[in-house]
Amino acid sequence: MTTEALTAAVGVPLDRIEGREKVTGQARYAYEHSPDNVAYAEPVQASIAHGEIRSIDAAETLAQPGTIAVISHANAPKLEQVADGELALFQSNRVSYRGQLVAAVVADSPEAAREGQRLLRIEYAPEPHDVELRADHPELYTPEKVNPAFPAESAQGDVEGALAAAEVTVDAVYSTPAFHNNPMEPHATVAVWEQGDLTLYESTQGAPNARDTVAKVFGLPPERVRVISPHVGGGFGSKGTPRPQIILAAMAAQHVGRPVKVAVTRQQMFATVGYRTPTIQRLRLGADAGGSLSAISHEVVEQTSKVREFGEQTAVVTRTMYAAPNRRTGHRLVRLDVPTPSWMRAPGECPGMYALESAMDELAVACGVDPVELRIRNEPDVEPESGKRFSSRNLVGCLREGAERFGWEDRDPTPAIRREGRWLVGSGVASSTYPARRQPSQARARAEADGGFTVTIGAADIGTGARTVLTQIAADALETSPQHVRMEIGDSAFPKAFLAGGSMGTASWGTAVVRACEALRVKLAEADAALPVEAEADTAEEIKADEDLARHGFGAQFAEARVDADSGEVRVTRMLGVFAVGRVINPKTARSQFIGGMTMGIGMALHEESVMDLEFGDYLNRDLAQYHVPACADVREIEAHWLDEDDPHLNPMGSKGIGEIGIVGTAAAVANAVYHATGKRVRELPIRLDRLLA
Amino acid sequence: MARELLTEIVLTVNGEEHRLEVDVRTTLLDLLREHLDLVGAKKGCDHGQCGACTVLLDGRRVNSCLVLAVAHQGAEITTIEGLSRNGELHPLQAAFIEHDAFQCGYCTPGQICSAAGMLAEHDAGWPSVVSSDLAAEHAELSDEEIRERMSGNICRCGAYANIVPAIADAAR
Repeated sequence: MTTEALTAAVGVPLDRIEGREKVTGQARYAYEHSPDNVAYAEPVQASIAHGEIRSIDAAETLAQPGTIAVISHANAPKLEQVADGELALFQSNRVSYRGQLVAAVVADSPEAAREGQRLLRIEYAPEPHDVELRADHPELYTPEKVNPAFPAESAQGDVEGALAAAEVTVDAVYSTPAFHNNPMEPHATVAVWEQGDLTLYESTQGAPNARDTVAKVFGLPPERVRVISPHVGGGFGSKGTPRPQIILAAMAAQHVGRPVKVAVTRQQMFATVGYRTPTIQRLRLGADAGGSLSAISHEVVEQTSKVREFGEQTAVVTRTMYAAPNRRTGHRLVRLDVPTPSWMRAPGECPGMYALESAMDELAVACGVDPVELRIRNEPDVEPESGKRFSSRNLVGCLREGAERFGWEDRDPTPAIRREGRWLVGSGVASSTYPARRQPSQARARAEADGGFTVTIGAADIGTGARTVLTQIAADALETSPQHVRMEIGDSAFPKAFLAGGSMGTASWGTAVVRACEALRVKLAEADAALPVEAEADTAEEIKADEDLARHGFGAQFAEARVDADSGEVRVTRMLGVFAVGRVINPKTARSQFIGGMTMGIGMALHEESVMDLEFGDYLNRDLAQYHVPACADVREIEAHWLDEDDPHLNPMGSKGIGEIGIVGTAAAVANAVYHATGKRVRELPIRLDRLLA
Repeated sequence: MARELLTEIVLTVNGEEHRLEVDVRTTLLDLLREHLDLVGAKKGCDHGQCGACTVLLDGRRVNSCLVLAVAHQGAEITTIEGLSRNGELHPLQAAFIEHDAFQCGYCTPGQICSAAGMLAEHDAGWPSVVSSDLAAEHAELSDEEIRERMSGNICRCGAYANIVPAIADAAR
């Protein structure tokens, strides 16, 4: 495959197409669709972590003015089983975790629904619960695979022998807490039944995927369900797969014979819409005195639920990063009485690279080698474990350019010697990486009678800029300008497309858009084509024929941290990332993706932590006053740059995904900078004051 | 609905007077969104912790999810829909587009209304916790001041690095 010449619109910093709608309040999100006679449903959550519901007393609830119905396992319709047990809503009286949805109150107004929820009396028969992830948990097991389909374990050479023989070793345990995605728009659905057809206004990262799942759950043919999702208030993975509220809305609307709105509250989001598993990671590195690795071992302990197995692929990234003849990775899970972990920005790579890149920093210190140079010394020729050729790999270029832009050259590696007033100052670096994949998708392109074009695809713009970059891609493929292209996305009635996940959106959808536009141009070239003319494309065959290469984006991230010598307060005063991600389609929206990822990474390093309440068995700090995401004052100077990377083995645009790589190296870069500032190595995120002062 | 829960209220929203019968438990945010179909103000947390619902109430920025509608009889409300007049964008709205100061857009109406309120506070000489001179009449609106004064509005997409220059530009 060659990268086709796309020059006119791709590469231009076009403003977001829906920008005006978003800044004027006209962009309508899921919950903001209000069909006539709509009712409001309020979910009710289990107040025990394990056991069963003994009785539900709805008398007081139903006696309230405005209340229409109470739905629970006692009166819910039987649903079809799907792979995700979290969608088996109200199918039994068993409680699998605290906060699980066990009932819903439907009312004429949101106020009445909330009051009805408060008055519902549920009696439980609790059983002992187990919610604590520990590295010595007796029920740890090795799963058959980790997400999406990687072997849980890998081994090459003799790790123990190489570690024993190594001149320098690092053996450290790093841990990360549970993190919650917390998109600004809570998960919401408006459900409308009409003559047995179900329409759902939904906040989703993939309308076609949501449609298929909901159809299965209700035993309907997919064409009788439509999911509409024009604007999505963020997702970061948590809206990638349908969550229970979509089932609840559809069930409640069926039950009361009226359209129903459901919005998960911010507090309910901490139990019902997924989160990143906590991890305990043991990293062992063996190297010669110059820092050349002879052994890498990355062993991960993480949690899943009793509802469903979800194995975050935390150590898989270590199979790609650095050369070493002896290597091992492994994952062990334990099934706890907790909500099922789910997708969160860069699942696997993000927590895994925090541990690996922290350990690399420790190795650099132990060897007395510059941390940038250490990474360059361990650059592999091919993907280390698979032996596959890289389609392109410019980690070294990113490290060198980042070092130059950041001013790394004069850095004294000695920790805890730079002080400016109250502040100890340090700098750190970490590599980042994320796979560059694509998935089959379909698209339709139409030449309209007025000379314009309409391109239609079931894609999603969750804030990534997808609507804008697809317009640019289509404009070039049609050899027209973006203002002549009308891009329609966010509807399961449109050609079936992969979801906004795995940083695969632009590559997957863009390929389909380009192929549909090419097919349209062939038709238009035929003599006497009367407008409108339409053409479709399906990329399944094209993608199946892709050469078997290792395709990944790479990056280098640098951070400057200041630590208050007395209080332990940490500030990230500078953050700089350089990325090699193929061709950047829109520099404006791309930059936003990178700085957004890095901002979330600062939260991961310093602020974010979901604390498990062992006694009651749920996450304790379940709101934005207690779960601290970065605020405006937490973000100072932050820069994103990228290399010109020409990779002909990707897709017609030559692009790699950019939505996730920004978060990947950030936490390690910050942690390494904090070490450099203070001489203190905190191996447990977040880097809290008490951990620094301990 | 039970009569005793309903009360009549008159509000002026974006220059237009509305006479409504609302549940005494209705927040200003729900009144705007569910009764007037002004969905620009967003519900991000419903607890005054995220700022997505920020509107101007009698000229001052408030989290409308924490305001009971019936407690503000006769008040004047400006929402994001009222900031642009006759199709002309407010300078803050134009600057947010120019600087790509948002991604998903869900916090954006709140950010912009909050910024409008914040600029008025700064113009009136209100100091912030990072102001070095509390008595200064017209202190410079530095990036540090903007960051501090805008920290009640959370953006999970992480657009802060673009929001600050957008506001600084619009303030000029």
